[in-house]
Amino acid sequence: MRVALFLTCVNDTLYPDTGRAVVKLLTRLGVDVDFPSGQTCCGQAHYNTGYRHEAEPLARHFSDVFGEYEAIVTPSGSCGAMVRELYPRMGERARAEGRGDTLAATLAPVVPKTYELTEFLVDVLGVTDVGAYYPHKVTYHPTCHGLRGLGLGERPRRLLQAVKGLELAELPGADECCGFGGTFALKNADVSAAMGADKVRNAESTGAEVLCAADNSCLMHIGGTMARLRTGMRPVHIAEILASTEEEPAV
Amino acid sequence: MSGTYLGMPAFPEAAREAVGNATLRGNLRHATHTIRAKRAKAVTEVSDWAELREAGKRIKDHTLRHLDRYLVQLEESVTAAGGVVHWAADADEANDIVTQLVKMTGESEVVKVKSMATQEIGLNEALEAEGIHAYETDLAELIVQLGKDRPSHILVPAIHRNRGEIRDIFAREMSEWGRPAPEGLTDTPAELAEAARLHLREKFLRAKVGISGANFMVAETGTLVVVESEGNGRMCLTLPETLISVVGIEKIVPAWQDLEVFLQTLPRSSTAERMNPYTSTWTGTTDEDGPQNFHLVLLDNGRTDTLADEVGRQALRCIRCSACLNVCPVYERAGGHAYGSVYPGPIGAILSPQLRGTGSEIDASLPYASSLCGACYEVCPVAIDIPEVLVHLRERIVQGGEVTSRGNKVVLRPAKGHAAERAAMRAARWAFLHPGVLRTGQRAASRTRRFHPRTLPGPGRAWSGTRELPPVPAEPFRDWWQRTRGGKDGDR
Repeated sequence: MRVALFLTCVNDTLYPDTGRAVVKLLTRLGVDVDFPSGQTCCGQAHYNTGYRHEAEPLARHFSDVFGEYEAIVTPSGSCGAMVRELYPRMGERARAEGRGDTLAATLAPVVPKTYELTEFLVDVLGVTDVGAYYPHKVTYHPTCHGLRGLGLGERPRRLLQAVKGLELAELPGADECCGFGGTFALKNADVSAAMGADKVRNAESTGAEVLCAADNSCLMHIGGTMARLRTGMRPVHIAEILASTEEEPAV
Repeated sequence: MSGTYLGMPAFPEAAREAVGNATLRGNLRHATHTIRAKRAKAVTEVSDWAELREAGKRIKDHTLRHLDRYLVQLEESVTAAGGVVHWAADADEANDIVTQLVKMTGESEVVKVKSMATQEIGLNEALEAEGIHAYETDLAELIVQLGKDRPSHILVPAIHRNRGEIRDIFAREMSEWGRPAPEGLTDTPAELAEAARLHLREKFLRAKVGISGANFMVAETGTLVVVESEGNGRMCLTLPETLISVVGIEKIVPAWQDLEVFLQTLPRSSTAERMNPYTSTWTGTTDEDGPQNFHLVLLDNGRTDTLADEVGRQALRCIRCSACLNVCPVYERAGGHAYGSVYPGPIGAILSPQLRGTGSEIDASLPYASSLCGACYEVCPVAIDIPEVLVHLRERIVQGGEVTSRGNKVVLRPAKGHAAERAAMRAARWAFLHPGVLRTGQRAASRTRRFHPRTLPGPGRAWSGTRELPPVPAEPFRDWWQRTRGGKDGDR
């Protein structure tokens, strides 16, 4: 199977370790991963801030870059939801505006074959025990677009529960938003920060060393809040935990 | 809508004050989390909840699609049952109609059933200006009215108050409006409720005019429906000689049978009750029983304009249950007043800018008062995709475009204050269409990383005021991939 890694612009620029972890994990599971170098950004920030027309060329670009692969895997719930939920909606809007079916037809091929990482592991590869080792106490925060947009459900937690050495602590108020919300974090900084501080307090109450999630943009906000509040907790992307093994443990 | 909220600051400024108020945060957190959990339980009990939700959505969509026909049918059936129907295009017209109707009775006071439509048009203030006192009889509305306050929640308008604050308001204010609070009133719920009961009882028995809204209007029979929990509504709807109901035109359902769906979903979504204690229905007038004069004021006030918008019109499905407020993490921190409207929370953020337009500072800021977490959509009993409408309204603000205003098509210009953002979005789009440009930018960021400041100046302070910046890595992923051929030449 020819699988493309859609890393996302945020991970490519700021979190290359997450990308390396996805490559290591999928390779270990026998998947031939490619990183199409033409990839950039899915257009989510544009779309959600009200710039749908700026997002359209980015969506077309995405379709050009990834169209030929059998599966597209992304370590981001929100970028995955952008492709799966919002690309079809962009096509519908263009049609409603009298611009015909061109956009919908261009985007349609990439929609069903785009998977968030944990979905790909559980649904496509059919694995929950990926042979990982991570001897730490971890709490899991389900990010909103993964939880409610993609309906990831128990998949990430099942993967984590199968990790050797990992102690999973329940996060109180887990399904409440952390307050990132893309440009929301800047436009409504006070409310965003209050939500982030509450999330971090809940995470601290578990006694875990690590807060894990499947979206680095949320973790950037939660981790930035943890560092400012000097909690001693760390944010870690789920891919880095699943990639960690006894031979090559992640710290 | 009412002028009460004109000149409100934009949402972020109003929310900042609320976030800093520890008492308010505590009150809101306690109240919203309690009702949130109860609703979840009440909904789980119903095995066909998903079907009920879909049915409610379809009934509302069907009605809205044929609203012209159902409104005429409603007018005919209400008139045939002995009621008088009035049409109000906006708040001023509705207030004038009601004021004239009350004046014709010669009365100078009215009792009110809790009603969002009359809040929306600022009816109490309009009546007061004509020397007519309107007494709110819902317990929470009474607290708000006595406290010279504003409602902060659709269902529990005094949610921002705790018991101690309510005791103080009763003890201080009741005597000015009628029967004073009992001596030595404590903050126990039973004593507070009894004080309100005694205070309100004399108003119910004296009032000759009642004013209400309605949760539903049945086109087929001309029946109006009010669901409530306290029995004050039943008093106001049956004791006065004259009843005036002000109802938004979107509150119609075609047939009596349609109530089956909403009388299940509304109580469970709003108060988390299987069934609300009082459901009052009335059809026109009945000789020697109940009000002998019944007036129905049908209110548009921006609804037809909202209906013209393909994406935004789903907001008109709203049955005012307030489940979306109770699960909203933004509402929980910002409180209801920050939304500058009688409709706070997620539904308010999509309803107010449509009913009032996006011209004012507060209305232009409301579509951004959300992290788009989707909790509101998940609980909505008529499946309003609130995040979808929020993004649609953001688009209207930053890009402008055609909207309907008072029945006319007008073209909105892009809102001011978004020029820098617009330029940044365009630049980012250009860079993202040129992977080489993106790569150059990434490399520049990586190579200069030792010189990056720990905090940002200007607008960047919105981030770094409360959060550390993520460190920029030594190289972007794409360089690692190219250098190591995807790790095949070694991991490092």
